[in-house]
Amino acid sequence: MPDKIYRINMTDLKVTNEEVPEQWKGLGGRGLTSTIVAQEVKPTCHPLGKYNKLIIAPGLLTGTAAVNSGRLSAGAKSPLTGTIKESNAGGTAAQFFARLGIKALIIEGLPQKDTFYSLHVDKSGVTIQEDTEFAGKGNYEVMQMVQKKYGEKIGILSIGPAGEMRMAAANISVKDPDGTIRSLGRGGLGAVMGSKKIKFITIDDTDGPGVQIADPEKFKTASRTFAKGVIAHPVSGESLKLYGTDVLVNILNEAGGLPTENFRYGQFPGHEKISGETVYETILSRKGNPSHICHRGCVIRCSQVYNDKNGNYVTSGFEYETIWGFGANCNIDDLDIIAEADHVMDDVGVDSIETGVAMGVAMEAGIIPFGDGAGVLRLLKEIGTGTPLGRILGSGAEGVGKTYGITRVPVVKGQGLSAYDPRSIKGMGITYATSTMGSDHTAGYCVPVNILNVGGFVDPLKKEGQVELSRRLQIGTALLDSTGLCLFVAFSVLDNLDLFQAMMDMINAKYGLSMTIDNGRALGRKILRTEHEFNLAAGFTNKDDRLPEFFEEPVPPHNAVWDFTDEEIDSFWNF
Amino acid sequence: MKVKLFAAFRDGRFKEKEWGYFDGITVGSILEALNINKKEAGVLLVNSRHAETNYRLGKGDTLSLFPVIGGG
Repeated sequence: MPDKIYRINMTDLKVTNEEVPEQWKGLGGRGLTSTIVAQEVKPTCHPLGKYNKLIIAPGLLTGTAAVNSGRLSAGAKSPLTGTIKESNAGGTAAQFFARLGIKALIIEGLPQKDTFYSLHVDKSGVTIQEDTEFAGKGNYEVMQMVQKKYGEKIGILSIGPAGEMRMAAANISVKDPDGTIRSLGRGGLGAVMGSKKIKFITIDDTDGPGVQIADPEKFKTASRTFAKGVIAHPVSGESLKLYGTDVLVNILNEAGGLPTENFRYGQFPGHEKISGETVYETILSRKGNPSHICHRGCVIRCSQVYNDKNGNYVTSGFEYETIWGFGANCNIDDLDIIAEADHVMDDVGVDSIETGVAMGVAMEAGIIPFGDGAGVLRLLKEIGTGTPLGRILGSGAEGVGKTYGITRVPVVKGQGLSAYDPRSIKGMGITYATSTMGSDHTAGYCVPVNILNVGGFVDPLKKEGQVELSRRLQIGTALLDSTGLCLFVAFSVLDNLDLFQAMMDMINAKYGLSMTIDNGRALGRKILRTEHEFNLAAGFTNKDDRLPEFFEEPVPPHNAVWDFTDEEIDSFWNF
Repeated sequence: MKVKLFAAFRDGRFKEKEWGYFDGITVGSILEALNINKKEAGVLLVNSRHAETNYRLGKGDTLSLFPVIGGG
């Protein structure tokens, strides 16, 4: 049975079922969401208005036996950046969509009535119900109550109060196999879902048509090679499973690239207390789980279950970026406070990177002092209750900076930088500046090559080779984000062309294609260009591909400055 | 001279240690003394800069040793 697209019109509350147009057939994940946004969304539209659309799509390999292929992409015009946006997450929803033969949901229009709705997706299609029962509730409660109603296996996407209030940092939560939360985090897609008045979406894959493979034997061979390669790599096979992504705290600190106190310093004296090594020991001593999966088929297991001192669950998916954002960035060296902050943000439904950066700017503004953990928790709760200050914080770092007249605001195109100082890890600076998503470390993650000696080495403090590195990675990532594979397979794929080919062969075997690595890269380039053209049509120019001027200040310990010329940055787009 | 170890390199070893300096001591000789295979050593930082195994250390240097790790 061929895959379907469901178009959900929230203006007249009608759902239509469409065949997949020929030009969308070879696309999935980010490639598909960005192509649909570029084709169907008016670039100059208001992101919360009637012309924006929320696209939800599993990746090309999602639902197959390929390891780590359960990522779900969501795309729209971003209320945070005004650019095109794709955000992806694990959880169970992506594989359920794939098994139901659903290539994408296109959610469009705006309801005329001031109420909330839910969508239910199953083998017979998509239904829209008015559903105000959960309005105002946090994501954890929504997840629990919806599971009570539909059973534990049900797939759920939901927004918290931040999304309902259409805050620009609002995310979309995705239920994971244990009923806890993953996030379509960046760019305020929760506000787009909130503008369409959808509180949650349930997905039941019972008796779905399943995933068709054109050449099962070829798929089996390629997926075996791929799985072996991912498991054999020391990063994806070993390190991430023990220490999680937070293993980066100590190495970034030692290398002088850990942004501290709102990007004032490159090293944090409290680094050891918030490091991956400490997270690991803490989890073991409290009978948590250091090696948790976010979706079935994950062999990397970078997630974890972090418990409090009494052994009660606090959070999972406790990431380096979050721990940095509220740790080094806010001068807080208390993991329990940061874990509690993560829990509150998941519940309220805001992106933990944007909110961490916003909190650093709030401290810069003197709303609370740097290091004030109790103050952080109080302010995060204000986001959920929607006080005026809570709404300012929930609008992201740029909104806080503008409101309080602050110049040290680490954003590009309105989106907060993450846990790598662009002055001392220059490849990341190029990615922050040029990404079509606004500042986004995942768009072209140069840290393996700049810092970790994985996939080659380009000196992080020198300009040479950084534009080329960022370009190569942004092209590769645009492809990877379309497959449904977790970005962390890149650690092994970067090192190994045979694995890159195995990845292409899995796509080939599933769809009956014969794509080469070069074809894959060409698809990556096409996706990037499509996104860039949308941004240009929305009014962005090369002048927006710039870092804030405070990065001219030297950052210790290397006293590195941001020293790329405009021409050097603009050369990124020469491909 | 100081040597710092991270992640799995700490298992059965130490976090941080003052190291006896001698003229001509290299990063490689410290790896050997610690029984760490060169292939296992992902990142070698001397005073926050990347270094090779043949790097000759100075008296006040800090050497930080990491296995192959990653995150993001």
